[in-house]
Amino acid sequence: MIPSPFVVRRIQKETYDTFTIEIEPADGPRDFPFAAGQFNMLYVFGVGEVPISLSGNPGSAEHTIRAVGTVTHALAKLKRGDVLGIRGPYGTSWPLEEAAGKDVLIISGGIGLAPLRPVLYQLFSQRKKYGKITLLYGAKTSKDILYRRELEKWGTRFNIDVKVTIDKVSEDWQGNVGVVTTLIPQTPLAPSRTITMICGPEVMMRFTIAELQKTGMGDTSVFISMERNMKCGIGLCGHCQCGPLFMCKDGPIFRYDRIKDIFGKKEL
Amino acid sequence: MAQTPQQVMEQVVFERIHFPKLFTALLNKGYQIIGPVLKDGAIIYDPLNSADDLPIGYIDEQDGGVYRLKKQKEQSLFGYVVGPHAWKKFLFPSALRLWSAKRSDKGFSITAEEAVSPKFAFIGVRSCDIHAIAIQDKVFTAGQYTDASYQSRRADTFILAVNCGRSGGTCFCTSMHTGPTATFGFDLAVTEIIEGNAHYFLTEAGSELGAEILREIPTRIARKKEMETAGSLLQATADNMKRRLDTTDIKDLLYHNSEHPRWDDVAARCLTCANCTMVCPTCFCTTVEDVTDLTGEHAERWRKWDSCFTRDFSYIHSGSVRSSAKSRYRQWMTHKLASWIDQFGTSGCVGCGRCITWCPVGIDITEEVRAIRESTTSIGKSTVPG
Repeated sequence: MIPSPFVVRRIQKETYDTFTIEIEPADGPRDFPFAAGQFNMLYVFGVGEVPISLSGNPGSAEHTIRAVGTVTHALAKLKRGDVLGIRGPYGTSWPLEEAAGKDVLIISGGIGLAPLRPVLYQLFSQRKKYGKITLLYGAKTSKDILYRRELEKWGTRFNIDVKVTIDKVSEDWQGNVGVVTTLIPQTPLAPSRTITMICGPEVMMRFTIAELQKTGMGDTSVFISMERNMKCGIGLCGHCQCGPLFMCKDGPIFRYDRIKDIFGKKEL
Repeated sequence: MAQTPQQVMEQVVFERIHFPKLFTALLNKGYQIIGPVLKDGAIIYDPLNSADDLPIGYIDEQDGGVYRLKKQKEQSLFGYVVGPHAWKKFLFPSALRLWSAKRSDKGFSITAEEAVSPKFAFIGVRSCDIHAIAIQDKVFTAGQYTDASYQSRRADTFILAVNCGRSGGTCFCTSMHTGPTATFGFDLAVTEIIEGNAHYFLTEAGSELGAEILREIPTRIARKKEMETAGSLLQATADNMKRRLDTTDIKDLLYHNSEHPRWDDVAARCLTCANCTMVCPTCFCTTVEDVTDLTGEHAERWRKWDSCFTRDFSYIHSGSVRSSAKSRYRQWMTHKLASWIDQFGTSGCVGCGRCITWCPVGIDITEEVRAIRESTTSIGKSTVPG
């Protein structure tokens, strides 16, 4: 339960309210092993602690953070060389092994792209192990699109199908408009040999799953990432319960059939 | 610690006048004695200096939202049942500093709070509460991650169990199979008997440590008649229990009735005050508070009891997951009686009745379960009552 000191190595502004912070152990640089989908608890001295998904390559401790609350605003003020506290990595991971030899469909909304970026990096590093890779990404406005330059690069360099849509039309946008689910019918899929990974607001995931079910995608091929209030990250504080599950240690990544009975139930 | 398999030991008797010798024996072994005391109009658990600190001659009257103490002629040491406190307040303190941090040239350094290993001797633990401690043992020490502070506080606990010679107005331990007689998890278990001028304790050792303590007190082998007297007293306690909770298929019953109209009904009465979670001997939820001093050079993290009845409990950036009273009551009761079984292999309820007594509006968990059960024709089919 004691945070370890880490030093800020690099800060990258992603959008007007979102940034990526790369950190390394204060006693010297070394690998930070984690599985794609896991999260850390980030502590800012005297302010507090928040759970944030790892968003970089395995081995590097990168976190993409949207400044929305007290702690995330304090995180936004950190500079290179500043020290913060880290506990983790915690939680379950995306099914990379299960996806080997199959097509991979990644659907994300908003900052939900961040916990999936380590998946993309790992797919790219072993591109031949996987079949067709598709990324469907929805953002509120064109200004909210994360990793914009990378998105362009991924499509061309790694032979993946990237489709981006925004909810609200704007002058600087010539692409798709509409919620991310509208991209599904226009995407050729082979449901029987596809593993799908979804991360975004719960309502977005609910409608995405409904849309996928129309294509004949089975519940055991779909994985989602859940979000709840977390204080301890290790299943002891009780905050992240959803039915019998602790989102922090049983999740945050769940195969859909295993959470189906409670997913989407109002105020559970 | 009372965790060795139960050995069949001879029952012995010691007289009331020798009760203080128990204290002497425990103090000589370095134990800090904790037990029931009268404070602010209730019987709570606090450190005891001597057996005279016990609420001698008191009984409690309890009902939904009702708690009254009464003095009676009989000078019993343990005539009452359980009050608002549970033993968790010692093993799992309501506020605990986890660590302190100091700003330095290179950022800050964190110092973990030193582990405390008190030797607690709990005097007067009821069977329901032994079950509650066993449940918290599972929660804090049996999973993938463990709570080191609980572990170190719990390691040397001595437990003197008291079998209940009387059932309280809100008790339902017989329904939860947790009492009124202690069957495990104790070092010593006593049944207090007062008959005419006789006042004695029929005693059983549950551990070698208990047997050792018992050797410091003048005892004699129990007579058959004394054992029969205790047996019928405890049987009467069970028989007189007023409240019942039918636990048949309770997990499925509650899982399948998450949209039952009864949740709206109870939400109209529930004040979401969190009293039930504070008095519950198994509730384990906590929050953390990060604080600094005025200079900003020194920071601490405190862990404090939290309750699923607060709106903040489930807050994420877009709002609270459980914003209605209905969803919060449903979370608490469903967790206690149903999802707890999935999580820890046991019910989270021990039938102590505290949540009923200390609910300011007298909401009764046994009644809430009954209402759902009686309006449901069969498990799995939720029918809306007409």
